[in-house]
Amino acid sequence: MTEECELFECGHRACGGCGPALAARLILKATGENTIVVASTGCMEVFSTPYPETAWKVPWIHSLFENAAAVASGIEASLKKQERDEHVVCICGDGATFDIGMLCISGAFERGHDITYICYDNEAYMNTGIQRSGATPYDADTTTSPAGKCSTGNPRPKKDLPAILAAHGATYVATASIAYPNDLIKKVQRAVSTHGPNYIQVHAPCATGWGFDGSQTIAVGRLAIETGLWVNYEMMNGEVERVRKVAHRKPVDDYLSVQKRFRHLYRPGRNEDEIAKIQAIADANAKKFGIDLNVVKEE
Amino acid sequence: MMEILEGSHAVAEAVRLCRPQVVAAYPITPQTHIVEALASMVADCKLDAEYICVESEFSALSACLGASAAGSRVYSATTSQGLALMFEVCFNVAGMRQPIVMTIANRALGAPLNIWNDQQDSISLRDAGWLQFYAEDNQEATDLHFIAYRVAEDHRVLLPVMVCFDGFILTHTYEPVDIPSQEAIDAFLPPYKPVNILDAKNPMSLGMYATPDYYMEFRYEIDQAQKRAKEVFAEVGAEFAKQFGRDYSGLVEGYRLEDADMAFIAMGSICGTVREAIDEMRAEGKKVGLLKIRSFRPFPSEEIRAALSGVSKVAVLDKNISLGQKGAVALEVRDALYGSEIDVKGYILALGGRDVRQADIKAIAGLLEKGEGDQFFGLRTEVL
Ligand SMILES: Cc1ncc(C[n+]2csc(CCOP(=O)(O)OP(=O)(O)O)c2C)c(N)n1
Ligand code: SF4
Ligand SMILES: [Mg+2]
Repeated sequence: MTEECELFECGHRACGGCGPALAARLILKATGENTIVVASTGCMEVFSTPYPETAWKVPWIHSLFENAAAVASGIEASLKKQERDEHVVCICGDGATFDIGMLCISGAFERGHDITYICYDNEAYMNTGIQRSGATPYDADTTTSPAGKCSTGNPRPKKDLPAILAAHGATYVATASIAYPNDLIKKVQRAVSTHGPNYIQVHAPCATGWGFDGSQTIAVGRLAIETGLWVNYEMMNGEVERVRKVAHRKPVDDYLSVQKRFRHLYRPGRNEDEIAKIQAIADANAKKFGIDLNVVKEE
Repeated sequence: MMEILEGSHAVAEAVRLCRPQVVAAYPITPQTHIVEALASMVADCKLDAEYICVESEFSALSACLGASAAGSRVYSATTSQGLALMFEVCFNVAGMRQPIVMTIANRALGAPLNIWNDQQDSISLRDAGWLQFYAEDNQEATDLHFIAYRVAEDHRVLLPVMVCFDGFILTHTYEPVDIPSQEAIDAFLPPYKPVNILDAKNPMSLGMYATPDYYMEFRYEIDQAQKRAKEVFAEVGAEFAKQFGRDYSGLVEGYRLEDADMAFIAMGSICGTVREAIDEMRAEGKKVGLLKIRSFRPFPSEEIRAALSGVSKVAVLDKNISLGQKGAVALEVRDALYGSEIDVKGYILALGGRDVRQADIKAIAGLLEKGEGDQFFGLRTEVL
């Protein structure tokens, strides 16, 4: 990307190779400066706004861990009353979104506020030390879903939040990944130019929490797509419109084996049963969204 | 104009006259009539506000916070369980210095579930940073809203306010109330002029996190603003008195205290009962008076000391209890009078709507005379 004025400044305190920090930068490139950002408590809030410093060159507000959607509702109502036209954009972690903030999100989406809610999904509570969330994938090792003698890690699959919010009547719902920046930018642009409520879930690999080298963030993000464990798609008024296809879907091992959070699946030997279950998740995704370009149609 | 109005409707009229631009509230007994009345006003174009029909009190106050941060005058109302659900947001609103005004229709907290009046709900949030004003009757409840916005939005203060009035006892009671004209209120309460707002033309970060290097100073600033609110309240109250002829400039208000030897201290509607009991006791030759606390936050320690300089015994009536300790008002009054010779006794009464009559007040005077206090009053020992 060319050097240009960034609305999310460098000099913040994220770990090297932080996927969420990249997400913030790309999101603001797309929204432009006529934007008010509403944040939740979490890594991004902490690494970007240690008083008296801030990385945000757009108006930004943080209140609590779980109320961004409600705060955004109030901002939107206030702007409407003042006939102002800033985009109201929530940028919140998966814990804030999938778990503790669900009440406020459900209310805001049901009421139909013109807001865009973006979840930067690093698949656990990173700020408090890598605890599981409703977005943590099956079998991931976190500090509250530890792998052990009688545990293979997180016992539940990821919650399908895009479907839940589409069912609320969200206008535009999309998934994206920091590994595909142009696609992410286009989706955010589409969201802020569409009357909301809109939801975008951005896959944002976390080097520290997932256990990979900070130079590999994009590569890990790509592998999630290439294995079918993450699918990039768009929905308009509840209908899936566009899906990112995959030419030669890779086995899930390619994604799992490069992250420490899945290391237990390969020690002492490859855990055939568990990896087969994860492969089945990828296969189900592929089938549901029709991502495979090279499938032989069975008749 | 004088009207016979239900307390809730009088308050709703007051709120309308304050011209809030955003209202977000969630229904809960005994606050419901206020928010229903406001919804009707919006539906009938009598109130030009965005009314956000939120899914919870937690979201109500969160939405108010967002709307206030974006530059609007906002309003909410709640009580009891609803206020408890707002706990986290309450601290946040004060910490972010948003001058939100919220009516509290005081009600007991469960368990056991109880919809009737006491003041445990707002008292339990005394440390949140909000100013807290308590009304004795519906005229005062009405007028305190005008004053509340003025004090909250004053740039020397910039803190949220809870206007507290007793659930059912006031909210559901019809009384003659003078509702000022819109012109008069517009002259008294100009449009909100925020200091720092969310604005793309002048980007700013609000609600950042503060390390141990900075946090204490934020808390200190709020405490200072609370203290400045005393003089602002007196100033605004005096201005209101001049314009409307009703004087609320005192953080406390005395009744027949001049030559009193014994004084009651109370907050809210119970003061009316105490006044009548005092008149009866005065007729019987007892030198008793009342000191009503109008502002619990900021707490009027100096004013209490000054007002009670001549008395030797004080009975504090608490419609709340810090369980395992005493009533909150008694504790703070004792602190205010520390070092004086005055004997302060606390009485926990009227919890969960238990009725209090003049005879009860007189009985408490009897206990105080005997030096008996720091106890529950009016317990039904037969069911214990
Ligand atoms: C009500 C409440 N409960 C718990 C916390 C502690 N807490 C702060 S951030 C956080 C996790 C954030 O997770 P997520 O939203 O996924 O953001 P991330 O840190 O992963 O970027 C938790 C549990 C809190 N601040 N508030
Ligand atoms: S822990 Fe993860 S999300 Fe948090 S700053 Fe580090 S890389 Fe980013
Ligand atoms: Mg997270």
